[in-house]
Amino acid sequence: MKLIFEKHKEGRRGFSYGDCDVGKAKPLAEKYCRKRQAHLACLSELDVIRHYTNLSRLNYSVDTNFYPLGSCTMKYNPKFCEQIASLDGFSQLHPLLPQLSGGGMLAQGSLEVLYESEKLLCEITGMSAFTMQPLAGAHGELTGVMLIAAYHKNKGSRRKYVIVPDSSHGTNPSSAAIAGYEVVVIPTGSDGYMDLVEYKKHLTEELAAVMLTCPDTLGIFNPRIKEIADLAHACGALMYYDGANLNAMLGKCRPGDIGFDVMHINLHKTFATPHGGGGPGAGPVGVNEKLIEFLPISRVIRRADGTFALDYHQPKSIGYIAPFYGNFGVILKAYAYILHLGREGLIKAAEIAVLNANYCQAKLKKYYDLPFNKTCMHECVFSASRQAKNGVHALDIAKYLIDRGFHPPTIYFPLIVKEALMIEPTETESKETIDAFIEAMIEIARLAEENPSAVTAAPLRMPIKRLDEVRAARQPDLNWKPLALFPD
Amino acid sequence: MSYIPHTQEDIQEVLQVIGVKNINELFKDIPAALSPKSFKIPASKSEFEVTQALRKLSLKNATGLVNFVGAGFYDHFIPAGVDALAGRSEFYTAYTPYQPECSQGWLQAIYEYQSIICQLTGLDVSNASLYDGGTALFEAMMMAIRQTGRNKIILDSGVNLIYRTMLYTYTLNLSVEFVEIPVVHGQSSRGELLKHLDDRTAAVILQNPNFFGAVDDHSDIVNEAHKFGALAIASVYPVSLGMLKAPGEMGFDIATGEGQSLGIPLSFGGPYLGFMAVKNELVRQMPGRIVGATVDSGGKRGFVLTLQTREQHIRRQKATSNICSNEALCALRAAVFVSLLGREGLKELAAHNYQKAEFAKEELSRVKGVAVKRSSPTFNEFTVLLPKSADEVVRRMIEKGFACGFPLGKFYKGMDNYLLIAVTEKRTKEEIVRLTDSLEAVL
Repeated sequence: MKLIFEKHKEGRRGFSYGDCDVGKAKPLAEKYCRKRQAHLACLSELDVIRHYTNLSRLNYSVDTNFYPLGSCTMKYNPKFCEQIASLDGFSQLHPLLPQLSGGGMLAQGSLEVLYESEKLLCEITGMSAFTMQPLAGAHGELTGVMLIAAYHKNKGSRRKYVIVPDSSHGTNPSSAAIAGYEVVVIPTGSDGYMDLVEYKKHLTEELAAVMLTCPDTLGIFNPRIKEIADLAHACGALMYYDGANLNAMLGKCRPGDIGFDVMHINLHKTFATPHGGGGPGAGPVGVNEKLIEFLPISRVIRRADGTFALDYHQPKSIGYIAPFYGNFGVILKAYAYILHLGREGLIKAAEIAVLNANYCQAKLKKYYDLPFNKTCMHECVFSASRQAKNGVHALDIAKYLIDRGFHPPTIYFPLIVKEALMIEPTETESKETIDAFIEAMIEIARLAEENPSAVTAAPLRMPIKRLDEVRAARQPDLNWKPLALFPD
Repeated sequence: MSYIPHTQEDIQEVLQVIGVKNINELFKDIPAALSPKSFKIPASKSEFEVTQALRKLSLKNATGLVNFVGAGFYDHFIPAGVDALAGRSEFYTAYTPYQPECSQGWLQAIYEYQSIICQLTGLDVSNASLYDGGTALFEAMMMAIRQTGRNKIILDSGVNLIYRTMLYTYTLNLSVEFVEIPVVHGQSSRGELLKHLDDRTAAVILQNPNFFGAVDDHSDIVNEAHKFGALAIASVYPVSLGMLKAPGEMGFDIATGEGQSLGIPLSFGGPYLGFMAVKNELVRQMPGRIVGATVDSGGKRGFVLTLQTREQHIRRQKATSNICSNEALCALRAAVFVSLLGREGLKELAAHNYQKAEFAKEELSRVKGVAVKRSSPTFNEFTVLLPKSADEVVRRMIEKGFACGFPLGKFYKGMDNYLLIAVTEKRTKEEIVRLTDSLEAVL
């Protein structure tokens, strides 16, 4: 498709603000004004509507295709939540209003949403308090690690290391490093669990925290998780829970009960807010009693008279990690979702998510290598090593699935599994949809034996074939450059 | 209600295939001792009940006030086309376009967004978005620290206090030395600033228009910073770029900012949009996703996520940033907003903002006791000195139906009587006149 800039026509206009009702003012001095104008396409409104509508049709999305992208929990995003977030009373509220004198009463509705959401997340996870501020999962991790640093500093200790397993999300070591820690990576043992012998070697007074995902990125719940937490606590370190996989845990197990001190939740995963093509998400951070005093400013409180207010008086707080109160629009959708599902609905979501993943695992394990043959939780991880011997790699499988109308699973992650295929069907997909996907996967396994080139040639049915990614990185073309048709 | 399509028969069939008797068996790895100590979540409410309850709550928010509060976050009109296009679920229910063949719509939209940000800022390369203006500024600062191998930051206090405070929070455990330069007559103080510039300086951070609304041409400061091998970082308000000199034109190395004003609702503080554009030589230090154009095996143009070896999923603890999810849907809104307006619409938007603010200045300067600060030119926001506490005035104006501005005493010591007033294109002549009359009555 042509770029929007390539559709430009000089003299064409779309949206207009009309005449300015106050008349012209004395113009701003020239030295403050731009000389080179921004080259933006001049188009009619219909040009723009058609352009983006047609672009949208080139995407796979949850609403159009099965999307079993492991670790991302691509469940159905209820429409009523979108409608609620777009109510004027929520969407038009300026974030500084409650900070104006006498303004707290102007934002009671939104403050109540934040307050009640926090309470619900505490009950779901077993943590004592949440900050709703972090703007995404990784932002929550960074916030969490900063809370850990504040905790140790307050105790007068200067710890150096953060432990992450080699199966972790890349954001874990990255967040720890950005917060100023060195990262110690613990390998995964042949049983699929973190190597405890290796782990114990690093339990020193220099250890600040252990960051774990549970169930882990192999989709496995480690039955010795409590022991791991107790060992860390015994040496004064704190436990961080990466909540990316919380969907499997709803009503089944709470990070707070295991002994985790701090965690984040990806609201866009577990609580069904749309992923928006890469974001926005929201990554609220929960803590137990040890860390409450360090939470970011401000905190929403409920006064004795039942009204809500913002509390800025937290002398030990780490400070401001976001401009305001978090991605409010996202939090609101998650809140509506939790209220609608209710207790039983949440438990059922976890149960069916786990059921669907185990169904995929059971049906496919004859055809694909299963590196760790265990009951899985919300996702299962296969290896395409067997197919790779015939030249059919995880990437080829992904491309063939696209031709068959499925968004591929996560591939090549976790890094510890060669040719990884990480499948997370979620609870909102029907047996028929999953069966169709399984059928396609079996077909690929058969083709890998009989006719590998049929798979490696894919995709054939999409608007483009495979792209030259090496060229993209070596000769970066990262934006449109004005042509002669745009006068300066 | 869990949006679960399974019938009882489906569940039984699936259990049989798995080889277990019931669903609980699938959770056997969770030790009994780790069962939830509590799970007191209210019972399900219907879609209707939840919608009604939240509609009621939404009405407890006073969005009916005539809004003159800005302070970095602005009440702009959003053309219906933005909601219509960003509301297409082919966009909003997709995720990060890891698989380019089934994500060309998203990838091209982001490539176009990047191009728009480059055009607005006058810089070479943009990324696919960051969380907000504050985290974008932090990322820019860290880029400068890595690029120069230095750790001293000269921070103009005309930069939004919210962002300055965020920079301090994020660097609590990093060794970054900040020198904050006080603002003189609402503008960057050249003398103070240049005095602190040296060969240990990683970057100078400025904002335009600054927090007080003052418009500046920072070319001279940028030039001095470069003489010492330091980078210059600008935090900018994108709507103003329809009129004001672009960061690229002033020689800035990095421009960041809050993209909320480009078609994103105020929504009580988020989701918003952090944007970032840099000079070519800094591209490999950039945080976050970047989309690039390339060709497919048939030679046809297509788009992919590129330069990924900077990112956390590959480089882990050595990544340029930990960001994974970004604000793609907000970036799409910004791209659609700017495309609907087009080159001329954006100029018109900037002009209306400027003219209405100038009109408001004229009107307000007629009110006895109100002094409009005129030491610097402004765009759509300006400072007035009141004869009494701005906090008190704001409180009384709320009773009259106005959010009349932001009291600067909240952020700056000794400025209790100063009020920061923003006038966007949404404010009518009639509202501005009423604001003036009401203020007169209150003072």
